Amino acid sequence: MAIVKMQKLSVCANKKHRKAILEALQSMGAMEIHTEDIVSDDALQRMDTTNAIASFEKTAVSFDRSLKIIDSVTKEKSKGGLFAGMDEIKKSDYDSVVADREDLVKEANEVVSLEKEKTEALGTIQKDENQKLSLNPWLSLDVPMNFEGTQTTDAFIGTVPGSIDEETLYAKATENIEEPAVSTEILAQSPDATAVFVISHKKISDKVSENLRNIGFSRPAQVSSYVPKTGVEMLDGDIVDQKTRIQQIDEKIAGYAKEKERFRIASDYFRSRAEKYKVLGTIPQSEHVFFLEGWVTAPSAPKITKLLTEKFDAVVSEEEKQEGETEPVVLSNNKFASNVEGVLESYGLPQHGKIDPTFIMSIFYVFFFGMMLSDAGYGLVMTVVCCIVLAKHKNMADGMKKFLRLFAWCGVSTMFWGAMYGGFFGNAIDTIATTFFGYKGPDIVKPIWFNPLNNPMKLLLYCMLFGLIHLYTGLAIKGIQMLKDHDFVGFFSDIVAWFMFLVGIIFLLLPTSLFEGIAGTEFNFPAFVHPLAKWMTIIGMIIILLMSGRGNKNWAIRIALGAYDIYGITSWLSDVLSYSRLLALGLATGVIANVVNMMGSMAGGGVGGAILFIVVFILGHILNILINALGAYVHTNRLQYVEFFGKFYDGGGIKFKPFKAANKYTEIKEEM
Amino acid sequence: MSMGMVYALLGAVLSTALAGIGSAWGVGMAGQAAAGVTAEDPDQFAKVLILQLLPGTQGIYGLLVTFITLSRIGILGGKAITDTNTGLMYLLACLPIAIVGLISAYHQGKTAVASIGIVAKKPDQFGKAMLFPAMVETYAILALLISILVISNIH
Repeated sequence: MAIVKMQKLSVCANKKHRKAILEALQSMGAMEIHTEDIVSDDALQRMDTTNAIASFEKTAVSFDRSLKIIDSVTKEKSKGGLFAGMDEIKKSDYDSVVADREDLVKEANEVVSLEKEKTEALGTIQKDENQKLSLNPWLSLDVPMNFEGTQTTDAFIGTVPGSIDEETLYAKATENIEEPAVSTEILAQSPDATAVFVISHKKISDKVSENLRNIGFSRPAQVSSYVPKTGVEMLDGDIVDQKTRIQQIDEKIAGYAKEKERFRIASDYFRSRAEKYKVLGTIPQSEHVFFLEGWVTAPSAPKITKLLTEKFDAVVSEEEKQEGETEPVVLSNNKFASNVEGVLESYGLPQHGKIDPTFIMSIFYVFFFGMMLSDAGYGLVMTVVCCIVLAKHKNMADGMKKFLRLFAWCGVSTMFWGAMYGGFFGNAIDTIATTFFGYKGPDIVKPIWFNPLNNPMKLLLYCMLFGLIHLYTGLAIKGIQMLKDHDFVGFFSDIVAWFMFLVGIIFLLLPTSLFEGIAGTEFNFPAFVHPLAKWMTIIGMIIILLMSGRGNKNWAIRIALGAYDIYGITSWLSDVLSYSRLLALGLATGVIANVVNMMGSMAGGGVGGAILFIVVFILGHILNILINALGAYVHTNRLQYVEFFGKFYDGGGIKFKPFKAANKYTEIKEEM
Repeated sequence: MSMGMVYALLGAVLSTALAGIGSAWGVGMAGQAAAGVTAEDPDQFAKVLILQLLPGTQGIYGLLVTFITLSRIGILGGKAITDTNTGLMYLLACLPIAIVGLISAYHQGKTAVASIGIVAKKPDQFGKAMLFPAMVETYAILALLISILVISNIH
């Protein structure tokens, strides 16, 4: 339950070991390399690796793409979805891929170019279809589209706007012509345009042409030299050809499916190599040696030092942290607490020298989650589902694993609270007993503690008590932090004084009629409690009043700041009231679950009733679990982030990002 | 049936109706934003779906209060109300979740839209994005609490 101590190492080694050292560091994934602080002068040069990086990344992407293409052809879905992890591969497989990488790159490029060819073929089909469509109106024409006439005639093939019949066309075409040696034919008609074929004698063709132009005649934009019908046949033939071509391409691509595993390894190999060259590009090097610096975890420092010195004759020295430098953060927690690291991380990691609240938070997290979901049946479902998923997907990503483990634990806590409140899928057992077995009598399932619906006020007070404990823990952590920093004045005036003030006020308020009314009980404290509480409150208040603004020299401002700080008691009030959500969400789960059972039992007993009950039961409770687990998750987070962290924690740590292989698909299984 | 019964029913109906309207509104708004993000980046589906669902709880709180009311006024259980005053008390008890549910769900929906924007730009900041809509919900929870406390103390 702590932040791991970090150690900075600086390495100086012979240039010829450069790549070997980087590869060793990369496969260990234990060092975050920083080279920007090393002074560079003329003797130290940095290598330009941009081109190499770009080319490796491009290769990795082309593997990714060909994998996608193969999947789309073979219609294979990526397995596992959300829970999919990396494939474990054998070192020998990896080595063989590295050895064959040139061939694999060729194969991947082949897949990509096949895909390109396929796209082209699809484009051609589309073009053919369009052409077929544009030939449609001319299908009844039995001369080529570019037919201009015979020796004595001129032909006009084209369209006129609007829909006209043959007679009108003839009349319009032969207007003002004395000897109308003209033949007209309507080829196709639509409301927008009419396709026409007009032949006239050469002598009058100028006039006919003018007449036709007057009614808006125009020739088609593209004319072909074949009869439209033959054209359509040719296009159809081409489409069939293209389709066979696509099929052949698909078969070829599918033939690469057996290489997918190797493609994945190769993609990871090239991506990691790009990563290596990125670091390589930042390393200052002279003619014979190179330097690098970086953070490692303190426990791993000797191992790394030993490896580098013995294997590569490098000079490794442990450096002190310099001014203005922040070491990256790695958390180390026990198996239970480490599951909430993700929750902590999404708020912000702790800084070095601060306290890591993971362990304390994990306890409250699971406790509060259980209180909000609070149904033994739901908890059971959650735990079982999480465990099944965990068992099924052994190598899923680490973050997901922790998340599911956390929820398995939350399920356990939910079961506990369900037992306390007497909820097992709401009142399912009693409903079944009364509806189907005619049971009449006292409740079968009895809460160990009490049913919150019968006495919400009592539970409300308990929720606030749990809230106070949570908040006090937060304040206490801040106190410990101050003691660690040797800020004793701060510890006394900000922490101890507040504790006195708050505890005093609570003990003053509890015996008042207002609170006794809420709690429904009387608080009979021994006689000394009241004066003690009174004096604690007063002393605490005075200390806060005088000491809160201690940074300020002016006493008037100092007192005013102190008074303002006392006003901060209102934020404590709202913080404590905020824990009433523990009650509200707990009630919500229970009541909705009861409603589901009630709806299920509406048809009464018998077979029909049982069927209805089962259907409603399954659907209703699944819905209720989902919605209320979401609510419990969100509001547990809120209680941690806003109320708890608000008292002491501000995050701000930077995550440790070691230099490692940039694997996307595979993980090499270490062979023992 | 007494007038009291009518008032009590009115309260019961209002809490589901108004809180439900608010939730439908909020979830609808958030859903549009979520669909937009999913269209660009389908990997964010799970995250934006959670954010979309956040304003949906008010509707459930309303339903909850309705059921508690119905189970006490002789419709789903309990004794029928005979006097007008008790009925009015139930109506008043239902109002917090009805009104606050409606308005807070609307605003939670708007906040959820903004948070979905966070996820679209910075998917790793989901934890923080989730917190903003949850802040709005606090007031619906307080209203729910008061409604339940009042109803369970009407005799």
